[in-house]
Amino acid sequence: MSEANNSKLPNVLEVKDLKQYFSVTTGFLKSTLLKAVDGVSFSIQEGETLGLVGESGCGKTTVGRSILRLYKPTSGEVYFKGIKIGDQASLDLLHKKAQLVFQDPYSSLNPRMTVGDIVAEPIDVHHLAANKKERNERINELLAMVGLSSEQATRYAHEFSGGQRQRIGIARALASKPEFIVCDEPVSALDVSIQAQVINMLEDLQHQLGLTYLFIAHDLSVVKHISNRIAVMYLGRMVELASSTELHHHPLHPYTISLLSAVPIPDPKKAHAAKRIMLEGDVPSPLKVPSGCSFRTRCPRATELCAQVTPEFREEAPGHFVACHHL
Amino acid sequence: MQNNEVFKNPLSLQLDPKLFEPATTQEKAQQVIMRDSVSFGRDALRRLLKNKIAVICMAVILLIALIAFLVPEFYPYSYTKQDVTAKNLLPFQYSQKEMAKIEKGEKLFPHIMGTDSLGRDYAIRVIYGTRISLLVGIVAAVIVVVIGIIYGSISGYFGGRVDMIMMRIVDIIYALPDVLIVILLYVVIKDVVSQSKNDLIVRLGAGMVSIFLVFGLLYWVSMARQVRGQILSIKEQEFVLYSQAIGASPARIIRKHMIPNCISVIIITAAMQIPSAIFTESFLSFLGLGVSIPMPSLGSLASEARSGLVSFPHLLVFPALSIFLIVLSFNLLGNGLRDAFDPKLRS
Amino acid sequence: MAMLEVKDLHTSFFTTSGEVRAVGGISFNLDEGKVLGIVGESGSGKSVSAYSVMQILTHPGRITSGSIRFRGQELVGSSEETMRSIRGNKISIIFQDPMTCLNPTFTIGNQLIEAIRLHTNRNRREAKERAIEMLGLVGINEPKKRMKQYAYELSGGMRQRVMIAMALVCEPDILIADEPTTALDVTIQAQILELMSELQKKLGMAIIMITHDLGVIAGLCDEVIVMYGGKVAERGTAEQIFYNPKHEYTKGLMRSIPNIDNDEKERLVPIEGAPVDMLNLPKGCAFAPRCDKAMKVCLEQQPEEYWVAEDHLSACWMNVKEATVLDGPLTKEDIGKIGRDFQEKGEEKGHE
Repeated sequence: MSEANNSKLPNVLEVKDLKQYFSVTTGFLKSTLLKAVDGVSFSIQEGETLGLVGESGCGKTTVGRSILRLYKPTSGEVYFKGIKIGDQASLDLLHKKAQLVFQDPYSSLNPRMTVGDIVAEPIDVHHLAANKKERNERINELLAMVGLSSEQATRYAHEFSGGQRQRIGIARALASKPEFIVCDEPVSALDVSIQAQVINMLEDLQHQLGLTYLFIAHDLSVVKHISNRIAVMYLGRMVELASSTELHHHPLHPYTISLLSAVPIPDPKKAHAAKRIMLEGDVPSPLKVPSGCSFRTRCPRATELCAQVTPEFREEAPGHFVACHHL
Repeated sequence: MQNNEVFKNPLSLQLDPKLFEPATTQEKAQQVIMRDSVSFGRDALRRLLKNKIAVICMAVILLIALIAFLVPEFYPYSYTKQDVTAKNLLPFQYSQKEMAKIEKGEKLFPHIMGTDSLGRDYAIRVIYGTRISLLVGIVAAVIVVVIGIIYGSISGYFGGRVDMIMMRIVDIIYALPDVLIVILLYVVIKDVVSQSKNDLIVRLGAGMVSIFLVFGLLYWVSMARQVRGQILSIKEQEFVLYSQAIGASPARIIRKHMIPNCISVIIITAAMQIPSAIFTESFLSFLGLGVSIPMPSLGSLASEARSGLVSFPHLLVFPALSIFLIVLSFNLLGNGLRDAFDPKLRS
Repeated sequence: MAMLEVKDLHTSFFTTSGEVRAVGGISFNLDEGKVLGIVGESGSGKSVSAYSVMQILTHPGRITSGSIRFRGQELVGSSEETMRSIRGNKISIIFQDPMTCLNPTFTIGNQLIEAIRLHTNRNRREAKERAIEMLGLVGINEPKKRMKQYAYELSGGMRQRVMIAMALVCEPDILIADEPTTALDVTIQAQILELMSELQKKLGMAIIMITHDLGVIAGLCDEVIVMYGGKVAERGTAEQIFYNPKHEYTKGLMRSIPNIDNDEKERLVPIEGAPVDMLNLPKGCAFAPRCDKAMKVCLEQQPEEYWVAEDHLSACWMNVKEATVLDGPLTKEDIGKIGRDFQEKGEEKGHE
């Protein structure tokens, strides 16, 4: 997998200053603004996998859903294949060519539908098959692509294991011949021995079909393995963006540094030798985001400046963006 | 570590070295068999059939329905024919006139439930009354299911302001007293119905028409609430989010994804609404607001039986028993259905 | 004699669909102050093993055979009174989701005080002091203020700390931790694991850490048991398990997890197939259908637990194959001899 940001390839996705706020009732007749995503900008090239990591409340899932227009963004622009998403025609394009794979293999498949019908959902919604025969052929093709047999098309989702259900979800995502897939924690709910199967399959499919992925997850080892570049989010903002190896070896943002040091290493000698950089305290509530830099309440480098001025997301090294006053 | 205690006993068989050759893919695959495909419906049916009470209730209901709809075709007595000489006969009793006929050699079918104060065979009247009750039940079920599902799914799916308004309407309707409205409606439409050109409406009578109208106006609210509740919880499921993300229309999502997941709630609520409707109709007929004479309803029969209660208790016992059996069977069946569909019990 | 000795424990769940042999004969020992990790995937029986030790199995589960000895006292079949004197007192447990253990209608302080007074003789004032002390011990700042708060007011990490405080009120000999950090963010997980490590050293207690995360095991545990299909697949020290695994399942796990230090982006080597169906356990080795080194004997017969080194055993037929020259039928004496050879080698090296 090439890591360099090959500038010759077009951008499948461009996000400019995306903001997604939700109004939340916090008291009788009182409501607060939940700033789930607060100004995020990035782009993804064709054939690339961008990993998006962060802990709970960082807004990474919301970013994925806002891009797919499950929510209407509060402000900001999203360009898909160069076309600004807004009018009906652009939405139609998005619905066909951008797809979604979910985390929970148990609630992402309709328990009352057969596997064949589940997988054919995009085909049915967009009328992509001329007749029943064509539809069935396509279903069998998709099942084969994910390593399931065609005779399993008449079964129901609950008869399959977690890993197999995830494959069904992936087959469904491929049904409309998409170019871009948002993978929202696709392996987090799977057993460790199954995760590798699904990760390999996602990689193979990417090569075969020329797919572009936005890979949202909290497991850094998995994200580093599958992604070309990684973006780190904290409380609705992006704090760092770099290639996977660069992020791992030269993290610049203090949050990224402590996040990396917190990942448990499956190697006893290294684990005992590792120095953990502990963060104090807990993640603030997204309803009360600290002023200025949202990370300052837990940051060892925090100063007065951090409370007053929100750091800009700047390119500090080629292809390496950080938002911090004290690098 | 204590090696001695933990080390297991050696095997009791001899092992062929050939067994240490690699296993083939087929051999491994044989170990992994998928269990039989079982759809949700069949799974629930299986559980329902295991429930003895539910099966008995289903049999009782079926039997009652068969009797109610088939027996009148063969029965030698009519429900309207009066015979003053044969009034208030006890079950299996014959009037003097009938006794005379029997001595002459005529074969007369016995009055299984006796006769009423006008000499009409009671059994056939009770059977007709049961027919009315079952018809009421079916009509109520249909109205409740159709209106309730549509209303509840729209309210649940769209949420927000739409949901709030629709549910407030439901709250208001819930608060309305159904008996009172039936009475008011009856008074209002009495003349309209008697002058109606439609034969069916005339035969049903103003009472029954008002009852059906009230069902249509009021009875579906319980179903709507249940369906809405289910839809609210299904809405959060990821497979619904997925369909929305790929641009499926709300109609498709409701039809293909939400309603099928509500089937259990729909069936159970319908099963519970039926006895309620039957009971209401019986009650209203008892008060004189239901069917118009001479069509019998279990409720009206019970009402007529009041005057001769001490001397001829059978006139009350049979219709009351009928109502009791029908309502109890549906209620217990509803319980059984709920247990059969309960996902928590599914392994 | 070890502090906790579990021998040939069998626990089953008698469900309407049949008997689920959640634990099919496991044995292990736990010494004072040691940290034992039980690692396995869903359905491996790791949690059920721990619940069996504490005898907090929910219906329809129960221990069907085996022995659990705590400081020489047999726990299987003992009275509820005996178990109550041990639970929370000598052996404590913390779970994955603190919300299910903390009563939402009582303050944190109330629950801690209740736990303290249940097991010790302190009066209310002393218990309150002890509760504040415990909150401080687990690293909660402003303990006096926290005493008056309710569970939902605290973050996930805080709740887990409160649960640890409640479990440690009596300074138990063993703390069982059932996936304590699985539901937490990774930075909070690091804090909690650090806390557990500190407390373990300070209080000298033993810990049984149940998890599916090999990274957590590597950082905390002295000894490791790998479970699959309700049985012990492999048991050894952390170094042996990670650097010299002797069971195909363990080897498969090691190969399939992405290593963050690896920049090469080599393809992961997954374990094929799906986890074993506990209602339909095969007659041979539970892992055999997924094992790429499976032999015919693996499908036919369950392997025994074979010693492969001094403190390292593995229930895998590959060890038998590697240890002998297969020039004729193996008799039970041959198998027994293989075991004794290892045993002797172990005795030669000498062990505690």
